[in-house]
Amino acid sequence: MSDLTLGRRAPAGAVPPSTTLRRPRLPRWAPAALAGLSAAVACGIGLGAGLSSRFQWGLIAAALFVALTYGLTARVEGLRQAKDRLATSLVWTCFLVAVVPLVSLVQETIARGVKVLDGGFLSHSMAGVLTIQPGGGVYHAIIGTLEQVGLATAIAAPVGLLTAVYLVEYGRGRLAKAVTFFVDVMTGVPSIVAGLFVLSFWIIMLDFGYSGFAGAMALAILMMPVVVRSTEEMLKLVPNELREASLALGVPKWRTILKVVLPTAIGGIATGVMLAVARVAGETAPIVLLVFGSQVINNNPFDGAQSSLPYYIYEQWAAGNDASYDRAWAAALVLIAFVMILNLVARGIARWKAPKGGRG
Amino acid sequence: MDEMDIPTSAASPGGPRAKAAARPGDRIFLGLSRGSGILLLVIMAAIAVFLTVRAAHALAQDHGNFLTTFEWNANTDPPVFGIAVLAFGTVVSSLLAMLLAVPVALGIALFISHYAPRKLAAPLSYVIDLLAAVPSIVYGLWGALFLVPHLGGLYAWLDEYLGWTGILAYHNGAPRSLFTIGILLAIMILPIVTSVSREVFRQVPKMHEEAALALGATRWEVVRMAVLPFGRSGVISASMLGLGRALGETMAVATVLSPSFLISTSLLDPGGGTFAQNIASSFKESGDTGKDALIASGLVLFVLTLLVNGAARMIIARRKEYTA
Repeated sequence: MSDLTLGRRAPAGAVPPSTTLRRPRLPRWAPAALAGLSAAVACGIGLGAGLSSRFQWGLIAAALFVALTYGLTARVEGLRQAKDRLATSLVWTCFLVAVVPLVSLVQETIARGVKVLDGGFLSHSMAGVLTIQPGGGVYHAIIGTLEQVGLATAIAAPVGLLTAVYLVEYGRGRLAKAVTFFVDVMTGVPSIVAGLFVLSFWIIMLDFGYSGFAGAMALAILMMPVVVRSTEEMLKLVPNELREASLALGVPKWRTILKVVLPTAIGGIATGVMLAVARVAGETAPIVLLVFGSQVINNNPFDGAQSSLPYYIYEQWAAGNDASYDRAWAAALVLIAFVMILNLVARGIARWKAPKGGRG
Repeated sequence: MDEMDIPTSAASPGGPRAKAAARPGDRIFLGLSRGSGILLLVIMAAIAVFLTVRAAHALAQDHGNFLTTFEWNANTDPPVFGIAVLAFGTVVSSLLAMLLAVPVALGIALFISHYAPRKLAAPLSYVIDLLAAVPSIVYGLWGALFLVPHLGGLYAWLDEYLGWTGILAYHNGAPRSLFTIGILLAIMILPIVTSVSREVFRQVPKMHEEAALALGATRWEVVRMAVLPFGRSGVISASMLGLGRALGETMAVATVLSPSFLISTSLLDPGGGTFAQNIASSFKESGDTGKDALIASGLVLFVLTLLVNGAARMIIARRKEYTA
């Protein structure tokens, strides 16, 4: 690299060092200006050539921005700096490329969702409403989601919690290693496979009908590894001194775990469980296979088909007309709001009840 | 202690564990918690066993070749079905998603860990975590009703300049194709790949970076020489976790793709299918044999994701040992 700034040492005194040690640099506002320029040029090209898709405009702008930055810096600041700027502009472009679809997703859902979202939508079912008619609502789906997710949590949370306790407080041998490994693997089980498992076991082999409970079992399978993993992390954060102090006072190990370890970590554990709930609340695939969907209110999760919010969205999308699309977007908004509130509350608890680390 | 910690066996003398373990309450509690661990293993084993049993049923009745037949008529008599198209669609769309998502995710991860102004970095990583929680059906709805209508122009453009490759040829029709699925899956796996890589980049020893800076390296040179080599295995496993997600994604694919049992050379033309999508879309019209056939294809998907995720976890575990 011949243009290393320190490499070209001018004879002292001949020229002021500031001019020899420094290469010219682009002003600080240059990247912003280039970004604006390339966006403007891309819009010009897009309009001029009549490119219909905004994606093309964006791609042209991004390519222009990266190329312009590289070219200009290479001329003014030299090749090494140009590479540095190239990387910087690529990283910024990546960030924008990623943000655009995500913002669009949220914006579309809100804009199209608020159209039919009102009190009536939340408090009515689809009973007696044809899919092409406007009206109807999500009440039956909300009931279904709450019951299925509640049952799944009732199954998965204790099992997950106890497994995590086993791994952190007791587990040392091969069994613990196997459990750790398979919990990781279980995290990756696709939701549709969990659904197929419950289908083959509960519905085909044991010959039970479609019900909310069958769906809840599949959701529980998806929740367990998430609960185990997060609880494990939290239990590991509990300072060992607390356990030792309790054991030294003669408290049995199980009471130490129940009265000292778990209460210390309870905030984090609650967070983990709520994040797991948020994850499975949006699962559709097992519901399609196991709960079957319904237009009417069914309060009993152990008998007969139910609906659920994600399933409702799928069903309304499949109906394929304007009224049902409106309902699908509104239900999507309800679902996102539900999941996001769970997430925010969970993170709030985590911050509020974070275990204070020991001082040693 | 290499042995399993059995409460009745005397542990190291004087250890609190040995004394406490003798109480009945302890035994019950240990039994419960170990039982839960075992229950998890049993569930995993049961998933494999039950799927295999039903799949064997299906295979016995299949009048086509399960691996190479290009049809899915599992409810006719005789049933003829094969997973060739599904396997192709699943692998191609997921790999495409990975190819599109990983560079962008790397960019965002670097942006958060090394480039962004600090005020932007913290809320941004928070937002990325929240986005991982958006349900897949909402992505599917957005993909079908927003993304698909906007991609036609782009595809016509790609066809004009790259159509000669055959892979990117586009004939008219709604772009409900494998390529669209790839884009949508890429958006969906972006958060997970980003957050795993970000964590790895954050662990890069500050000393390495400062040493590079002290030698006069530019920021990019620091990233290339200190950050990327350190984070390589983490990034590989992050992308494989993303791949595993993409392989098993159901609803987003089921809403966007217009399925057909043909393998088209062009990725932009509608058609094709994936394992998960086929299960969700054709489940309701399936009789007993049809369900068994779907379970058989689900077993293939299960094994596929197991392999990918297992490999990713192995890489992470190896790295942990190495850095610890």
